[in-house]
Amino acid sequence: MQITLNGKSREVADATTVKALLDELGLHAMRVAVQVNLDIIKREQYESAVLNAGDKVEVLTFMAGG
Amino acid sequence: MHGHAPLKIGDKEFDSRLIVGTGKYSDFPTMQKALEASGTNMVTVAVRRVNLDRTQESLLDYIDLKRYALLPNTAGCYSADEAVKYARLAREVGMSNMVKLEVIGDQRTLFPDNEELLKATKILVKDGFIVLPYTNDDPIMAKKLEDAGAAAVMPLGAPIGSGLGIRNPHNILIILQTIKVPVIVDAGVGTASDAAIAMELGSDGVLMNTAIAGAKDPIKMAEAMRKAVEAGHLAFLAGRIPRKSYASASTTMEGMIE
Repeated sequence: MQITLNGKSREVADATTVKALLDELGLHAMRVAVQVNLDIIKREQYESAVLNAGDKVEVLTFMAGG
Repeated sequence: MHGHAPLKIGDKEFDSRLIVGTGKYSDFPTMQKALEASGTNMVTVAVRRVNLDRTQESLLDYIDLKRYALLPNTAGCYSADEAVKYARLAREVGMSNMVKLEVIGDQRTLFPDNEELLKATKILVKDGFIVLPYTNDDPIMAKKLEDAGAAAVMPLGAPIGSGLGIRNPHNILIILQTIKVPVIVDAGVGTASDAAIAMELGSDGVLMNTAIAGAKDPIKMAEAMRKAVEAGHLAFLAGRIPRKSYASASTTMEGMIE
């Protein structure tokens, strides 16, 4: 199925969880924040949060800033 | 009293009164050395999309979390709702429940939208954040932010990145006399003397980014800022002499040849 990840369309397996997506991206060990369709997904929900086709997923972290 | 007790924000004490931004450096190693030279204990970071290209290095690889507390900002947010969202995302990343709360009102000046700022401050305080709002040098607004539960108030010295220095030291003084929470001058510093002036007024701290990152030699400038903040703070504690219009001789007339 297609999702939008950080503004770009991406193909993922059906019923992918947030945890599976982060693993696939190699981000499991990294500190990130995840938002799906404007809702923040808490860390403890990563395994239970299942993505749907068309979901807009944002994965954010700390970057340089003043 | 401002400037006397160690800088305490929320329940954390900070040895250094200089807070440094991590933006605009030519590269991470330069930033890392500049942070070190500045002696800071707290650095600001932004919340942005993760780089999915894993070949690029990450900012956090260059920040020793044992040494620096992270102060995430809400830079680029133009409404209370957006700023609250970014603050919550920052907390979700983990490592900090502090937020440098910015709600910008205008792209050209980057002046804050104080109405939205106050609204966001109230929401985030209620939500358990340690809120450090970036605001105008306006004593009335500073008081409202304190009353709303801000852990510190951060008035600008001049527009962000302008390097114009402390444009209204009198207002900073009035703010210091009006509120009890720490006052940190945020934005406007161009060079060491500006930081010293902010501290001589009795401010509890200074936050800067461009003045260091944009200097020809950021590492040297970071050291200059460390010394300026310390010197300004010491001068404040020492108590400056009053300004007078006429001279007062340092050498006595006594003992001169008649």
